[in-house]
Amino acid sequence: MKYVIIGNSTAAVGAIEGIRQMDGSGEITVISNEKYHTYSRPLISYLLQGKTDMERMKYRPADFYEKNGCRTILGKKVIGIRKAVRTVLLDDGSEIPYDRLMTATGSSPFIPGFDGLDSVKCKFTFMTLEDAFSLREALGPDKRVLIIGAGLIGLKCAEGIADHVKGITVVDLSTRILSSILDDSSAAIVQKHIEKTNIAFILGQSVSRFDGQTAYLSGGGKVDFDILVAAVGVRPNVSLISDIGGETDRGIVTDEYMRTSIEGIYAAGDCTESYDVSCGQRRVLALLPNAYRQGECAGINMAGGERKFDRAIPMNAIGFFGLHVITAGSCTGEVYEEKGDGSLKKLFYDDDLLKGYILVRDVEKAGIYTSLIQNRVALGDIDFELICEKPSLMAFSRKYRQQKLGGVV
Amino acid sequence: MKRVYVNEKWCLGCRLCEYNCAFANTGERNMALALRNLEISPRIRIEEGSDICFAVSCRHCEEPLCVKGCITGALSIEDGIIMVDEDKCVSCYTCILSCPYGAVSPSEHGAVQKCELCVKNRSGAPACVAGCPNGAIVYEER
Repeated sequence: MKYVIIGNSTAAVGAIEGIRQMDGSGEITVISNEKYHTYSRPLISYLLQGKTDMERMKYRPADFYEKNGCRTILGKKVIGIRKAVRTVLLDDGSEIPYDRLMTATGSSPFIPGFDGLDSVKCKFTFMTLEDAFSLREALGPDKRVLIIGAGLIGLKCAEGIADHVKGITVVDLSTRILSSILDDSSAAIVQKHIEKTNIAFILGQSVSRFDGQTAYLSGGGKVDFDILVAAVGVRPNVSLISDIGGETDRGIVTDEYMRTSIEGIYAAGDCTESYDVSCGQRRVLALLPNAYRQGECAGINMAGGERKFDRAIPMNAIGFFGLHVITAGSCTGEVYEEKGDGSLKKLFYDDDLLKGYILVRDVEKAGIYTSLIQNRVALGDIDFELICEKPSLMAFSRKYRQQKLGGVV
Repeated sequence: MKRVYVNEKWCLGCRLCEYNCAFANTGERNMALALRNLEISPRIRIEEGSDICFAVSCRHCEEPLCVKGCITGALSIEDGIIMVDEDKCVSCYTCILSCPYGAVSPSEHGAVQKCELCVKNRSGAPACVAGCPNGAIVYEER
């Protein structure tokens, strides 16, 4: 069996480990346009911050490919899939045959067509190691940085470079930061914490035009800057699949076995859509834990096993300047809320199910809440009052505890 | 493989498991000196209710969500034991978000901490079990 994986990040590693659970000898070929050993993408901000280095950023040990019998083709781009003859075409003209193919092509930064963007000399996106290297070259103690986008990427970038620049202004059209994972009250706490540094926010506004080193804002103000980072959002890379007639929507559409609509081709990671069990809708859940589990599931199925991945929910653990935030699920339904000094807990529940939560500062044992959402545990079966107060196994039945603490799980 | 299992009906809530865990992971030789004036941060924790109590530590799951979700590769499975590479961990807490048992926790050392069945410290076998006076936690094959 010949397995080909397009991509070399989390979902690809998941697929390799999935395949090898089932098939110790099939040929695995990993193709990536990036030239590096598999690395942890979210660590690029930690790299700029000086909290990790190239060696420790390796997502798997240096001998990973060798130990798993993988051939790597790095620094080459796949330009097409010939599904009739089951090959992939590379930009150097070569053609690689496959029996089972997985696309783990990730996503790309989306940059809106700002007026005058061409006049900005020093501009970056923040997705890859190369992006981080380029940005690092431009940093300096007298530099003013403008980041467009107060989402996860924009703010982790801000944290990563804050110590290496004079100041950072973050502009976002949304009226709150981290709008995809936080609500107004939690966002306000995190914003206040970040504002203790050299980072300032301008929210509820967009850039109407650029002129060299000046951004003119929709509210009438302007920001002068030396370095621009565009972190507005990302778009799944779906074209390899859509070009050959595979089903795509916002991301590549797969079933719960991670099969695309094309025979023999699987997809996993940020390029795909998932069924979010916390809200019952298909959406792009570009999250590292999701990518790994999708990849592993695809790998097992590619190698003849049977594994479903049907537990996807949004989930994020993120920290800024020592303040930790964990969120999961969807913020809908009734709310249980506890507010402390710079801390917040919000649980969202509906229909006898926990739908989502937001924890700011005190995040211990958050995974107990995550499991309630992911496994759709009926709140009537547990001590809900107790679990609101404190995530604990005490809130579950004695039988559940007996299974989990007294057996192999 | 051998794991730590809990018999909650035998648990007295004495917290000796917590102290033995904390001591074993200090690397010191004298418990009284090692723990003096120390607010302990054990990897096994007692949950205490009005009429029951029990210890919780890493289950060393066969499908560990912490390992699968780890963003750096700092968590891995070695011979069935889930280990933390403290050098790689950046304390993002995705494992705390993922663990359904609340068995991974922050530590003061800039990495997360969890039960590693005492394989990295001098005990060689779980110190919590060795010190449990009532057989409420056991280390065995099941």
